Amino acid sequence: MSTINLAVNGQSVSGEVEPRTLLVEFLREQLRLTGTHVGCDTSQCGACVVMIDGKSVKSCTMLAVMADGSEVTTIEGLASGADLHPMQQAFMDNHGLQCGFCTPGMVMSGLDIVNRHGNEPDDATVRRELSGNICRCTGYQNIVKAIRAGARAMGE
Amino acid sequence: MQDYGIGASVRRKEDQRFLLGKGRYTDDINVEGQTYAVFVRSPHAHAVIEGIDATAATAAAGVVAVLTGDDLAADGIGPLICGVTVTSDDGQPHRAPAHPALAQGKVNYVGDHVAIVIAESLTQARDAAELVEVNYRPLSAVASTSDAANDGQQQIHEEAPNNMCFNWPFGDKAANDEAFAGAHKVSSIDLVNNRMVTNPMEPRAALGEYNSGTEEITLHLTTQNPHVHRLVLAAFNQLAPEHKLRVVGPDVGGGFGAKIFIYAEELVVGWACRKVNRPVKWTADRTEAFLSDAHGRDHVTKAEMALDENGKFLAMRVHTIANLGAYLSTFATMVPSYLYAFLFAGQYTTPLIYSEVKAVFTNTSPVDASRGAGRPEATYLLERLVDVCAADMGLDPAEIRRRNFIPKDAFPYQTPVVQCYDSGDYEAALDQAMELADYAGFEARAEEARGRGKLRGIGFSSYVEACGIAPSAAVGQLGGGVGLWESAQVRFNPTGNVQVFTGTHSHGQGHETTFAQLVCDQLGVPFENIEVIHGDTAKTQFGMGTYGSRSLAVGGVAIAKACDKLIAKGKKIAAHAMEAAEGDIEFADGNYTVAGTDKAMNIAEVAFNAYVPHNYPEGVEPGFDENAFFDPMNFSFPAGTHICEVEVDPATGEVEIVDYTAVDDFGKLVNPMIVEGQVHGGIVHGIGQALLEGCHYDADGQLVTASFMDYAMPRADNAPDFRIDYAPTDPPHNPLGVKGCGEAGAIGAPPAVINAIANAIGAKHVEMPATPETVWRACQSAN
Repeated sequence: MSTINLAVNGQSVSGEVEPRTLLVEFLREQLRLTGTHVGCDTSQCGACVVMIDGKSVKSCTMLAVMADGSEVTTIEGLASGADLHPMQQAFMDNHGLQCGFCTPGMVMSGLDIVNRHGNEPDDATVRRELSGNICRCTGYQNIVKAIRAGARAMGE
Repeated sequence: MQDYGIGASVRRKEDQRFLLGKGRYTDDINVEGQTYAVFVRSPHAHAVIEGIDATAATAAAGVVAVLTGDDLAADGIGPLICGVTVTSDDGQPHRAPAHPALAQGKVNYVGDHVAIVIAESLTQARDAAELVEVNYRPLSAVASTSDAANDGQQQIHEEAPNNMCFNWPFGDKAANDEAFAGAHKVSSIDLVNNRMVTNPMEPRAALGEYNSGTEEITLHLTTQNPHVHRLVLAAFNQLAPEHKLRVVGPDVGGGFGAKIFIYAEELVVGWACRKVNRPVKWTADRTEAFLSDAHGRDHVTKAEMALDENGKFLAMRVHTIANLGAYLSTFATMVPSYLYAFLFAGQYTTPLIYSEVKAVFTNTSPVDASRGAGRPEATYLLERLVDVCAADMGLDPAEIRRRNFIPKDAFPYQTPVVQCYDSGDYEAALDQAMELADYAGFEARAEEARGRGKLRGIGFSSYVEACGIAPSAAVGQLGGGVGLWESAQVRFNPTGNVQVFTGTHSHGQGHETTFAQLVCDQLGVPFENIEVIHGDTAKTQFGMGTYGSRSLAVGGVAIAKACDKLIAKGKKIAAHAMEAAEGDIEFADGNYTVAGTDKAMNIAEVAFNAYVPHNYPEGVEPGFDENAFFDPMNFSFPAGTHICEVEVDPATGEVEIVDYTAVDDFGKLVNPMIVEGQVHGGIVHGIGQALLEGCHYDADGQLVTASFMDYAMPRADNAPDFRIDYAPTDPPHNPLGVKGCGEAGAIGAPPAVINAIANAIGAKHVEMPATPETVWRACQSAN
C-alpha cells in the first residue's frame, strides 16, 4: 500500500492505496465522490473525466499513486452550493443531458474545451473535441449547444 | 401557471442532481458491511463442464464464498424465464430450454455464468475469480444466424431440435401466392439487420441486502421496471415471496431495452446476499456488458413486394431468420414475432401480407428488445423494399410512397396484420419533410457535390411504430404473461404540496418533469410543489415500468385519472365548506368556485380540510390521495417521414451525413424540449446502426467486438444538427392525445440513411453497418 496526498475540490486529502488502484476507484470508493462515473474499461467513453492541475484526464486511465501531489477537480467541485457553474447551467438550459450518466464527464470535457479553445468554439470544434466522450441518450446536438453556451457564459 | 403546463418546454427537475454529481446510480450506493461479487464466466461458446474446483479460490484472502450452479439448484432457485409464448407451425409452443442462472453442467455462450465469487473487496473478488478452476470439454459452436438451423449443425439444446425455437408463419399464404402470381412486377431484397449491443452508458449492477430480522431482501438494480423484476423473481425464480422482496431502480443511466430483462446476475446476487447474510454488490465492467447484456436485432431476411402497373402494392411476403442467442431472454420471443410482423403494413395499404419467421438458437448472448424492438427491423426491410420497388418501377421514392399511403380519412385503419392504427396523416408528414429538407433543391446540391468529387444521395423513410402495448386482454391472447396497464397515485400532503407515484420508470426520459407538468396543468398546483416518485416497489403501489415508449401514453393517463378522482372528491369537500350544492361547484386553474358567485377555495385549502376534517361533509372519507389504473384500448401509432442526405467519398467509401430531417406525429407534446431530445437520441442510435455498430462473433462463437475499441458507438462528429418538426394528429382513444416518442428515431433512421447511400452510389443495397469498406466495395460493384 502507498500513501498519497492530494487536493480534491480544494480540500487536502490523503489515502492508502494499492499500486493498482485507479484514480477513479480512489475517488469513488475511498472519497465517496460518486459523481465521477465509470462507463467502460478502455478509456473510450469519458464518463470519468476529471480535471487534474487544470487539465482534463480520464480518471480510469490514471493510477491513484500518479495523482499524488495533484489538485483534482471533480463534478462535485464546480458549483457553489446549489448555484451551478455556468457550464453546468448551460447543460440544464439546453437540455444537454438525459440519463445523466455521461454528464459529469461531458461537463468536464466542456471546461477543457474552453481552456484550450476559448469562449467561442465553433460547432465543428466542439464535436471533434468530444471524440473521447460517448453519450447514448442525447444524440449530442444539445450537448454541443450546451458547451458552446457554457463557453460563452464563462466569458461574460 | 401557463409556463409549466402541457406544451411548455420546462427545464428538467432531475437535472440539478445530475449536474451536481448527486445522482444516485446503483453502483453509487454503498451499505455497511457490503461485499463485492465477481462472476466467473465461460471463455467457451459451447462446452461441457466436467468439474469446478473452487478450493484455491475459497481459501484466498478476503473470500466470503464461491457459489456455483449446484448451490443454486440445491436451494431451489428456479431458472430464468421467457414471458411470451409464440406458437410454432407444428401447433406447439416455442421451444424453451432451461436457462439456469448459474451453469448446470454446460455453458452455451462466451460470458455464460459459471460461478459467483464474493469477497471483502472488489480486488480480492477479482483475484479469487482467477483461481476458480473450471474443467471444460469444448464442443463445436453455432454462431451463424443463417446456418443455425441447417442439417448437420451442432445441437445446442436437446429440447430444441435443429436449434429451432419456433417457425411462425403469419397470414394467408395461398391468397398471397396468388397475388404474386398475377402481379405486374415483383421487387425483392435480401438484407441483414445487423446485431447490435444496446450499450446504455451505465453498465448493469445489482446490490442485494438481506435483513434476517424481517426476512426481507432489498435489491437495488439497474432496472427499467422494478415491479416486473419483483414479480418474476418472486413468482418464477423463488427468490423470495413478493411481499418480502423490495426492488429499487434508483437513478438508472439509460436503458434502451437492455435493462428490462431479468438477468442471471440479478437473481444470483439476490440469492447470494441471503446465503452469505451480507450485502453483496456486483457491477459489470463494459466487457461484461458486451458479453452478457441481451443484444438486439440480428435478422437475415428476404422480402418481396408484388406491384401493379401503377406501382400500387398488391402483396408482400417476408422470410426471416431471427437469432435469439443461446437462451431465451425475458421477452425474446415477442420481438421477432408480434413486435415485428404486425408492423409490416407500415404506412401503406398493402392488402395481403404473409411472413414466416424462423427463430433459432446460437452459441451467442441472448437477444431481446433493444430501442424499437422488432419495429426497426420491420421498418428497415419495408422502407428498403419500397425504394427497390421505386427503382424497379422508375418512380420517385416519394411518389411511390404517396401512391400507397393509407389516406388520412381512412383512420382508424385496420391493417391486414392485426394492428388497427389510431390516427395519422402520412402525406402531411411527407410533404412537410420534403419542404423542410428542400427536396426540390436536391439535384442542384448533388451537382455541386459532384464538382467536389462527392456522391450526394437522399433517402426517405416513412415509418409507423406501435407504442404502449395494450390492451392487457390482447397481450394475454397473444401469449404474454403480464398485463400492460399502468398505475398512479396522486397524493396531496396536508400542506398542499403533491407527491405523484408512478409505476413507470425514468432512466433519462425526464418523467419527473413531464408528469409534474401534467399534474400542474390539471390540478393547478405550482410546478415546484409537485414531486414525481418512481422506481421503488416499497413506495409506488404497482407498475409495469418503462419500455416501448409507453410511459406518457399509458402511465401519464393513469396520473390524469387519479387527478380526476381528486378533483371530484374535492368538489364535495369544497361544496360543504362553501355551503353550496355540489352541482354548483366548478373547478379550474386550481380553484373550486361556486357558479355565479365570487366564492372560491384553492385545491390546497381543500386538501388541508381533507386532512383536518373539522368542518367536513358527512360520508366523505378524510384524506386527499387517489389511485388509478389505466389499461388502454389499443396501442398508439406514432409515425413520420425522415429524410437523410449523405455525401459519399467514392475513393474511400466514407459517408458523411450532411443533412437530416425528421417530421413526426407523436400526437400532443407535453414538453417539446424533452421530445426533441428523445428524437435526437433516437436518430443517432439509428445512425449508429446504419453506419457504425456491428456486433460480431467469429465462427467459434468468440465475441470479437467486446469493447468500445472494437464496437463503434456513434460520437459527436458522426451527425449534423437535425431539422425537427411535427405533423401531429389526434389519437382518438388516448385521453391525453399523446402517442410516444422514445423509439421513433431509432426506427426511422436506419432505412433513411441506407436509402440515401444507395441513392448516392447507385447501388441496389448496402448492408449495415455501412462502413467505409462496405461502401467502397459497393461503389466498385456499382461501377
